[in-house]
Amino acid sequence: MIAVELRKLFRRPRTWAIIAVLNALPVLVAVLLVLTDLAPRPGEGPPFLSAVLTNGALYPLAALAIVLPLFLPIAVAVVAGDSVAGEAQAGTLRYLLARPAGRTRLLVAKLVAVLAFVLVTVVVVAAVGYLVGTTLFEARPGAGTSVSGTSLTAEELAVRTVLAVGYVGVSMLGVAAFALFFSTLTDSPLGATMGALAVLVTSSLLFTLDAASPIAPYLPTRYWLAFVDLFRDPILWRDITRGLALQAVYVGVLLAAAWANFTTKDVTS
Amino acid sequence: MSTVIATRGLAKQYGRVHAVDGIDLDVRAGDVYGFLGANGSGKTTTVRMLLGLVLPTRGEIDLLGERMPRAGRRVLPRVGALIESPAAYGHLSGRENLALLDAAGPGGGRRDRRRRITEVLDQVGLGGVGRRPVKAYSLGMRQRLGLAGALLRRPELLVLDEPTNGLDPQGISEIRELLLDLHRGGTTVFLSSHLLAEVEQLCSRVGVLDRGRLVLQDDLAALTAPTGATVVRTPEPGQVRAVLDGRVAAVDGERVVVRGGDPAEVNALLVRAGVPVTGLAADRPTLEEVVLAAAATSADRVERER
Repeated sequence: MIAVELRKLFRRPRTWAIIAVLNALPVLVAVLLVLTDLAPRPGEGPPFLSAVLTNGALYPLAALAIVLPLFLPIAVAVVAGDSVAGEAQAGTLRYLLARPAGRTRLLVAKLVAVLAFVLVTVVVVAAVGYLVGTTLFEARPGAGTSVSGTSLTAEELAVRTVLAVGYVGVSMLGVAAFALFFSTLTDSPLGATMGALAVLVTSSLLFTLDAASPIAPYLPTRYWLAFVDLFRDPILWRDITRGLALQAVYVGVLLAAAWANFTTKDVTS
Repeated sequence: MSTVIATRGLAKQYGRVHAVDGIDLDVRAGDVYGFLGANGSGKTTTVRMLLGLVLPTRGEIDLLGERMPRAGRRVLPRVGALIESPAAYGHLSGRENLALLDAAGPGGGRRDRRRRITEVLDQVGLGGVGRRPVKAYSLGMRQRLGLAGALLRRPELLVLDEPTNGLDPQGISEIRELLLDLHRGGTTVFLSSHLLAEVEQLCSRVGVLDRGRLVLQDDLAALTAPTGATVVRTPEPGQVRAVLDGRVAAVDGERVVVRGGDPAEVNALLVRAGVPVTGLAADRPTLEEVVLAAAATSADRVERER
């Protein structure tokens, strides 16, 4: 079943179109930077972007930071929101369930497929970022500089980049859980996607509002950018662990709700 | 004869609407069962409950001897289904669609999958369709592909909801031949339809659903058994009345219904008296008459409540 879902996802032209669009923005930013040589001042603009002019090996991180606030969540919400509701709208859901695929198995397979999409997307963004960074900028893969100003060995940099990719993946899993849950509620994939995006926009908006500060630690987007902390020296784990715990709670609760809803639902699509 | 589909008091309620209201279906092995009913009478809800898509409010379902929806994982691989319209992934070929569907559940062996797919595609007349994506298929081709999906695992029971939808007359007769062929091979067919003619030509047993209730369930032969009257066609209905005084039940233009189930005897009397007879037959109700008598009004009528 999982193999079937993966085949469906990665044989679909749309999946690759989304990934391609997602990579277009960091590439565009890189080209603009090279042509103008105008990097944002340190501490401004997307994280790491100021550093890439001196070290192109940091560009994967800059690329992730560029797509993380908007593009990546949209992509994940589109794919996850489509997962069940898209089958319902196309009418294939009833044939899958009458096959019988098993409702729990189908939901798990959908989740795994979305997870695979998140990982592939994040890794592709990072890989394209690395290629772009090392070809367009002066790369010093031997050593990187941490956000704190100390130098990192190539090995440290690599490990921390992998950790950062993993952390972004977990954050996106939270988005996927929202979209998947909404996807079991409605037969309209667009509705499910918009629902998840509405949650994210609300969360980002409340985060900037002082009046909402009591609930700020529980907003799903609160710790998204905490992956930057992995590049401090020493690593600042506080927000990262909180972010992981928060996403775990959201994912757990939403998946349980999605499961409870989907396994007891009348499929009339 | 073993029972293939048995429901007891099966009911589905959506809020205050009783979509299906306590029906006892009885489909036996070897039947071609015609499940008739107007649009909105609850046919599709019933079919969905049989397949475990909609969960019943009340009542029990036994499918191939096992309780649904609990035993779905064991039973459903032995059932082929076409539910309302066919559905497929438009960007993939028909063959790829069938392979994905087959791999999505238990009971479809991977080793002989390719051969089975080739077989069913030939069977439904799509053998030469090649790698064309399904979005380029016509409605009739999609219907055939849906049927191919239902036949993929040589099911013991076929549950078909309006299988000839979207097909041209040749296609309809082709599918009818295919279904009769499968039936001769031992497949039980449960055919849900609102096309009376289709059911009359195919089915051996009929159930009629009217506003959620099963108002009729019997062998087709019993339902359309001779009524014990004879229908006489004659240009001189008045003479018939004169000859067979008291036996004429109804006169409708040139059509006279005469009590007495032996056309030969009626004929002899009329010919002896010199009444011209242009047509003669034992009176049988058509399926349409039976259904109309059993089911009240069309279910899409929504009358004002008094």
